[in-house]
Amino acid sequence: MKHILAYLKKYRFRMAVGFLIKTIGTLAELVLPFILTHILENVIVTLKINKVISYGILMVAFSIIACVGNIVANRMAARVSTDFSRALRKDLFSKTLYLSARETDRFTIPSLESRITTDTYNVHNFVNMIQRMGVRAPILLIGGIGITLFMDKILALVMIATLPIIFITVYSVSKKGVPLYIGVQKSVDSMVRVVREDTQGIRVIKALSKNEYENRRYDKVNRELSKKERHAGVIMSTVNPIMTLLMNLGIAGVVAVAAFQVANGKSSAATVIAFMQYFTLISMAMMSLSRMFVMYTKCAASANRIFEVINNPDDFYITEKSEAVTDDSHFVFDNVSFSYLGKKDNLKNLSLTVKKGESLGVIGATGSGKTTFLKLLLRFYDTDSGEIRINGQKLSSYSREELTSMFGVCLQNDFIYADTIKENICFGREITDEDIIKAAKIAQADDFITSFEGGYDYMLSSKGTNISGGQRQRILIARAIAARPEILILDDSSSALDYKTDAALRLALSKELSNSTVITIAQRVSSVKSCDNILVLENGEVIGYGKHEDLLINCPEYKEISDSQMGGVLVD
Amino acid sequence: MTDNKNKKKRSAERRGIAIRLGGYVIRQWTLFIPALIFTLLSNQLSLLGPRYSGAAIDAIEAAGGVNFPEVWKNVIIMIICYALSALLSYLLAVVMIHLSQRIIYRMRKELFEKLNTLPVGYFDKNATGDIISHLSYDVDTINSTLSHDLVQVMTSIYTVIGSLIFMWQISKPMILIFVFTVPVSILFTKFRSTKVRPLFRLRSKRYGELNGYAEEMLSGARSIQAYGRQEVICGRFNKRNDAAMDACYNADYNAALLYPTINLINNISISLVAVFGGILYMYSQSGTVAAGSIFFISLGGVAQFVQYSRKFAGPINEFSNILHEFQSAISAAERVFRVLDEEPEPEDDPNPVEFNVVKGNIDFENITFGYVPEKTIIKNVTINVKSGQTIAIVGPTGAGKTTVINLLMRFYDPQSGEIRMDSLPALKIKRSDLRKAYTMVLQDTWLFHGTIYENIVYGREDATPEQVYEAAKSAKIHNFIESLPDGYDTVITDDGVNISKGQRQLITIARAMLSDAPMLILDEATSNVDSRTELQIQDAMNCLMKNRTCFVIAHRLSTIQNADTILVVRDGAVTEQGNHDELIKLGGFYSTLYNSQFK
Repeated sequence: MKHILAYLKKYRFRMAVGFLIKTIGTLAELVLPFILTHILENVIVTLKINKVISYGILMVAFSIIACVGNIVANRMAARVSTDFSRALRKDLFSKTLYLSARETDRFTIPSLESRITTDTYNVHNFVNMIQRMGVRAPILLIGGIGITLFMDKILALVMIATLPIIFITVYSVSKKGVPLYIGVQKSVDSMVRVVREDTQGIRVIKALSKNEYENRRYDKVNRELSKKERHAGVIMSTVNPIMTLLMNLGIAGVVAVAAFQVANGKSSAATVIAFMQYFTLISMAMMSLSRMFVMYTKCAASANRIFEVINNPDDFYITEKSEAVTDDSHFVFDNVSFSYLGKKDNLKNLSLTVKKGESLGVIGATGSGKTTFLKLLLRFYDTDSGEIRINGQKLSSYSREELTSMFGVCLQNDFIYADTIKENICFGREITDEDIIKAAKIAQADDFITSFEGGYDYMLSSKGTNISGGQRQRILIARAIAARPEILILDDSSSALDYKTDAALRLALSKELSNSTVITIAQRVSSVKSCDNILVLENGEVIGYGKHEDLLINCPEYKEISDSQMGGVLVD
Repeated sequence: MTDNKNKKKRSAERRGIAIRLGGYVIRQWTLFIPALIFTLLSNQLSLLGPRYSGAAIDAIEAAGGVNFPEVWKNVIIMIICYALSALLSYLLAVVMIHLSQRIIYRMRKELFEKLNTLPVGYFDKNATGDIISHLSYDVDTINSTLSHDLVQVMTSIYTVIGSLIFMWQISKPMILIFVFTVPVSILFTKFRSTKVRPLFRLRSKRYGELNGYAEEMLSGARSIQAYGRQEVICGRFNKRNDAAMDACYNADYNAALLYPTINLINNISISLVAVFGGILYMYSQSGTVAAGSIFFISLGGVAQFVQYSRKFAGPINEFSNILHEFQSAISAAERVFRVLDEEPEPEDDPNPVEFNVVKGNIDFENITFGYVPEKTIIKNVTINVKSGQTIAIVGPTGAGKTTVINLLMRFYDPQSGEIRMDSLPALKIKRSDLRKAYTMVLQDTWLFHGTIYENIVYGREDATPEQVYEAAKSAKIHNFIESLPDGYDTVITDDGVNISKGQRQLITIARAMLSDAPMLILDEATSNVDSRTELQIQDAMNCLMKNRTCFVIAHRLSTIQNADTILVVRDGAVTEQGNHDELIKLGGFYSTLYNSQFK
């Protein structure tokens, strides 16, 4: 919760003004019953119409002040709360994008998503409500207690005695409530997960006629969510009755004590009657506080989840740059080992040097560590042992910007988003239209792009569902080469291309990007055989390294792969 | 004119939404009626409390000193009243939570089950995050209104009517004040609502868009990082965030006017009551108004009338306050109902033909199809496939290969022409029966959050563990699974650090191997699998294809070469059709492609 206050600090001036206006409005409203009582008790009996009318006008005047004050204050509250949640969501989303792969895995995407949406929304609601309702109740409470203390100390103390019990109750319910609402939000995560999976896999589900199965799977999380919400709600709803009951017991106590006081001549019945009226005000204030408190609990749970992400320590650290080792190596793997889960090495004792402008092919069976090799080079993960160097400097000595500006990457899990083709290639970088078209030409994509209606302005749908797999791959390759990267990484990125297009792509790449170091990860020998060196991986270990021709002789596994693909691949 | 008509239509729609939402509540009448009873009882009891405290005070004030026994008696009754009232209000809250949760549960369930009946096109058109937003944000918004405000409205109606009756008894002329001010409140509320409604609708829409964008970008987080595009993407996210927050502020800003203004109108009416009450009292005192006339009023009458009019005004204030929340609930409900009213996949034929023992003959007769009617993808295609044959579909990307599969599975139906399965028109067969006849492996592997075992057995729920292991062994994934610390119980995660894309595909192949469907669709089924593994699973694949009618989209020559029929799809037409030798002889596109690999 203190984190939320830190966020609100920025708006403290506006909030203070808002609270002040709200206080004025509320006080003007609270004065109305007093005027009313005054009219009834003192003015009417004077039988002067003018006087009655002028008091009526006074009431209207105070009503207007109350109305204007409330409108202005509520609008200011709306401003502060939207500005606040805007800033909070902005920071949260930004942080989410910087989370490392390991951290994203830990939080899971559906959970991150519901933190950005429903959790932020819960906090927003609370901040808005506390500003709108948070003034009246304390004024009534403090004012009421003040006046009753003034009227009769002993009776007031009897009532005040119930307050600590109320606070203890509220505190202990709150302690129970926060984890319950965290549980609710966790169930929301699971529900989001199922919906997300099903919208993505709708074809498979329909093909296998698994609708019923999926409905059951959803029903399970839906039921669970309902159960948790119900449980949390039931626990929280004890607050209001307990609070009211305690207050009313206080009233009963006051009446009982008053009987003795009056009997001893220390108080009068009239005082007791007046006392009761203020007591009603106080208990109304307490009820309104209890409603705020329930929302607070929900908000605290959501805030916990939001700040768990925002305050997650950045595991991307930067080390000092050392004296550069100047040789013609572009990047070096020096005895690198790595494991995702810390159990089995996914990459073991890998050593490798690639010179500037050279091309490296990486080949190996499914799960042999090809993509892991790449993820380490991109520093999605840090190595467990050994060292990676680029241009003679340790990988960890580069900032994020330096690192990413060196690479052009075409990843296996391709990311196409709903925007134009041009924008999907450009990807928010400063690249001229000319360069975009050039990149598309090299990627063998220009022909099909220009055949679309609108050409480069053709709108792609999310995940590129309105173009074919081969077209997607070529757009992604164009994206990777558009900025002329130092190191170009193609991870299995031409698997859907036909033989002819793939060959044309290789040719164009070697011609147009001769200065770039190119890493090609592939399953087809034909995609890597022209590389200067080929790395053959199996179970995370190097089992061959060299040129195609040499590997055919030295590396039986490589020869086996190559033989299996004789006769080649035909079309996409 | 039309504008007016539209407006009318809109407001009718609005009313429809409110009624429909009410229907959800009414359906839970077994909880709703107890809730109403608890509300009334608990209110009644809490009103009784003051009466006994009054009696107690009277006893304190009693002539001849404090009447202690009377005080005690009243204090005890008071405590009992309050305790009962507290108990009832707790029960009420519990009932309300159950009520609203049942409604919400049901709404989410209906929504989800509806989604499952929608055509696949819906999911291509709508962002995943937006769909999720219906089930989270929209339903939540409805929930908070239902659970908080429903009972309040109910109690309010009770109070309003009660106070009105009392006021009527005290002074009829003074009620005239409300005859003016209440309609003013209603008109003002109506006037404001028409202004505020579209703002709330926009707010829901913007939230949906924001969630859609967040979902899309989170799915691509790794690529965004690889390109260091975080700031740019954040910038774009913020634009949508701004749009959503602006819409939110706008709605709140405009809605903020309502409650205080209605409050003002109410306060003015109370002031008027005091003033006119005062004046009437004075005339009554001076004798201008005779006792017994309806204008006659006593001082006590004025005081009581004021009290009741305050009671009367309170709920009206509450109404306008609730209306604010109600607006957002209506907008949310509108979005929910729009999904519920989406056109589902067309109904199955009411008299479906029996389709049990499938041989696997398939005929395309003059099929023409386009995803949008204006843009034909396939024109006049005729294909005849015999049981057990393998059909390879070859052609440049985007030429309509996947479309053939969409038609086979009836994800879409052709605009003209007829598809027949075992000589039965496909349109006459129940979709679920038809789809059961197929098993398929797609290029985009789809696994869900669950254990590997659950993901494999997904294709056939009644499979025994031995069959599952056997399928995994044939797909050459068994050893890998066994090497994982949790084996078959390993839970598959989103980004799947522990399982590579190729391994994921092998799991889907194992899934397909479990199925005993007579027809098989392979859409780039091994595109992510390395060729050595592919060779190893070739036997199993052959076995999978044996005795089945197969449709294969592939680029591996060996698969294509051995197909019984090769279809060359180009520019929306089947340009070549025949086996390998025939097509080579033909010297068309296929032979060019085939020969190009030897260059």
